Amino acid sequence: TTEKNKYVSILLAIELIWNLCEVLFIDAAPAGSLLLHLLDWVRLHKSDVDARAREVLQSDSPAHHQSYWDVVISLVLQGRVDEARQVLSKQASLRAESSSVFKRMDVLLHTMPIFNPTGTQTLTEFDVKWRHWHEECDRCLQDNTFASNRHLETICKILVGDEDTILEQKELLSTWYHFLVTRLLFTHPTIKPPDLHYYAQVHTTSPILLSLRYCYTELKLVKNKYYLLFYFNSDKFIYLFIYFFLRVFFHLLAVDYFDHCPEFGRVYLELQIERVPLDTERKAIKVLRICEDRQMSEQVRSICKIMAKRALRNNRLGSALSWSIRAKDAAFATLISERFLQDYCNKGSFTDLDLLDNLGPAMLLSDRLTFLGKYREFHRLYGENRFSEAAKLLLSLMTAKIAPRSLWMTLLTDALPLLEQKEVIFSVDQTYELMSCLEELNSGTKDSSQTDQDEDIESTKTELLRLALARNLAMAIVKEGTIET
Amino acid sequence: MFVAKSIAADHKDLIHDVSYDFHGRRMATCSSDQSVKVWDKGDDGEWRCTASWKTHSGSVWRVTWAHPEFGQVLASCSFDRTAAVWEEIVGESNDKQRGQSHWIKRTTLVDSRTSVTDVKFAPKHMGLMLTTCSADGVVRIYEAPDVMNLSQWSLQHEISCKLSCSCISWNPSSSRAHPPMIAVGSDDSNVTYSGKVQIYEYNENTRKYAKAETLMTVTDPVHDITFAPNLGRSFHVLAIATKDVRIFKLVPLRRESANSSGPTKFEVQVMAQFDSHNSQVWRVSWNITSTLLASSGDDGCVRLWKANYMDNWKCTGILRGDGSPVNGSGHAAALSAVGVPGAAQMLVGATSAGRYVTVLSLKTYPIPKHNYNYLICYQ
Repeated sequence: TTEKNKYVSILLAIELIWNLCEVLFIDAAPAGSLLLHLLDWVRLHKSDVDARAREVLQSDSPAHHQSYWDVVISLVLQGRVDEARQVLSKQASLRAESSSVFKRMDVLLHTMPIFNPTGTQTLTEFDVKWRHWHEECDRCLQDNTFASNRHLETICKILVGDEDTILEQKELLSTWYHFLVTRLLFTHPTIKPPDLHYYAQVHTTSPILLSLRYCYTELKLVKNKYYLLFYFNSDKFIYLFIYFFLRVFFHLLAVDYFDHCPEFGRVYLELQIERVPLDTERKAIKVLRICEDRQMSEQVRSICKIMAKRALRNNRLGSALSWSIRAKDAAFATLISERFLQDYCNKGSFTDLDLLDNLGPAMLLSDRLTFLGKYREFHRLYGENRFSEAAKLLLSLMTAKIAPRSLWMTLLTDALPLLEQKEVIFSVDQTYELMSCLEELNSGTKDSSQTDQDEDIESTKTELLRLALARNLAMAIVKEGTIET
Repeated sequence: MFVAKSIAADHKDLIHDVSYDFHGRRMATCSSDQSVKVWDKGDDGEWRCTASWKTHSGSVWRVTWAHPEFGQVLASCSFDRTAAVWEEIVGESNDKQRGQSHWIKRTTLVDSRTSVTDVKFAPKHMGLMLTTCSADGVVRIYEAPDVMNLSQWSLQHEISCKLSCSCISWNPSSSRAHPPMIAVGSDDSNVTYSGKVQIYEYNENTRKYAKAETLMTVTDPVHDITFAPNLGRSFHVLAIATKDVRIFKLVPLRRESANSSGPTKFEVQVMAQFDSHNSQVWRVSWNITSTLLASSGDDGCVRLWKANYMDNWKCTGILRGDGSPVNGSGHAAALSAVGVPGAAQMLVGATSAGRYVTVLSLKTYPIPKHNYNYLICYQ
């Protein structure tokens, strides 16, 4: 059990340091919130205050409890001013004659500005407000407002950040870092991470850095001793690590642990990883990489599908298509390709050109996607004036049956400008093929849902095409029949 | 050890069900005021109501989320004898600014002749399937053959349970070794059919569901039932909320001959039975890895149960449903639990007592050195 206890102490130390690392390095905290996080960190690791506070408040006469003032001061040291006020109010109700002094302290505590990172107040505004309040506290000290009560005087000195007074409370602070955080709270509440290093150095050079290194080293040790841990208490013990590290360095360590877990590691990882909220594309990609590295193909598919569906809902077709391709989801890719084509028909241009131009072999995932990619390629070739290549591609889309019948008319219409060029682009054979495509299209059953107007447009198009094709055929025959001299 | 956050749900009547979505970032509540509300958790950790609409013409008993692969889809069921499927549509930009979203009804399932008491989606590997159970004892399984079209559902199976049904649960296992399995709980006071939990299994040959097991030892009305996540085990674990909390282990027995037809036979073992709530237990819910079970009861408490490495189950925490000492008002009835990884807090569940929804989260506090077992248990 001594070995067990040793590991427990290591764990507790690790948790402490990890929380700090989280605050300093991981959380992308908005400006001004570092101190709030540090306070949270301190409160998290000094929970005996709550127990003592409960004890005091639940006693018959809280104000006369021997720990009463310790509790009030501890709460102030942790920046829990509202709770401190609550406990103080027990005192105030007792002594009527000194109640004005208590009221004064209550006001000081009540008006202490606490920065709200999610609020509308800027750091500068907060700083101004805080300085005013700080001066107010200082004035109370200068005026000897709290001279009649040494406890209140102490609290006021803490509020102005008096180093000696705060140091005097070392029994209540119990740790060096608590002292540092408290002092910062009452002297420099808007501190940023780089400044923290300076403060740490000023007070003492190494503890925080040493302890970070200690933690890392210990971790390495622990990491190498996986099997020893296992040996101790089965995978449930490891489970603690898993949850714990998941919080902080998920992609670095926790997953490693899962990998080494004998029985349930993989299953736990599979179950947990699919529940990670996919807030951003970046996060999704990070999670995906973990899954792909471990050939967790079902989880990969699922995550990609979820992202694709979400993108489609928000009409981000390009994103939806990328995700479907990554999910290897042919059905969904087909659906999205159809949407792209619909969009093209409505607007006359393609969106997400980057994606469509660089599909590569992914194009083959679904027929419709292949067509979409090739069709876009046709437009690109045309835009680059590479007409004969474009013509060849366009024709192949119909003859190789890659294009859906419903789009043939659109394709043939796209051929018109190529047919109208001065130079002959479509060869004789190609022209014959185009003609047969046109006739095949017209020989099909009439679409009953077409209106008269639509029918008119259709027949006009057909006429135009027939004319253009005939003209092109004539020119092509002449060109091919001419001997080059 | 836990932090409770109470949200004034603003429902005008009792809340009957609370349900987390797959990722634990959204929540749906339903009430006797005939409406469903959807809540979203913001980056600041606060829950905000992003939709509230009338869903039925009677009390809404349950609400449940489909897997996010199918989009943002909810199903609800009601005393009005119907179940409905809802889909969220992306609204106008000014709606988004106001933080509101719209849900539209995709279909109404009207086959039941009595109050529909539970509605659940089947595991996603079975496709998009919805299951309902009714007070008339019929379990209905519907399928949407085209997952892109949520207005087309066909009734695939009707299972007659002979007892008024109160709850259903699908076995989440996607293993080939386990055919689809559904557990049905009954709150019928009928004494002739005394076993109040039935297990039905899908038979590939007959293409029908057949009863595989009745848990005869469960004789009191059952309010909730839930299979634990499978973890690739060969056996199944089922938690039941009845007059107490019960956890059963169902071990499939090897078939005598390879060709034997008929449903799997099970050896049924009682893993645990707890009457700590000392009153009716209304809901049970597993965390993602089936290592923690949460139960809620008429005593207004949520209890957490965990097994140690020897499979001995014990209570690892008691959470007051309203975050304060029990004063006997209301019961923590509806409970939906999900363990969310990667978060500093493990969300235990949202319980509803009357018109408030309480979100309970476990905070990780340092554990006193001597209490070593606790160290294992609380995570």
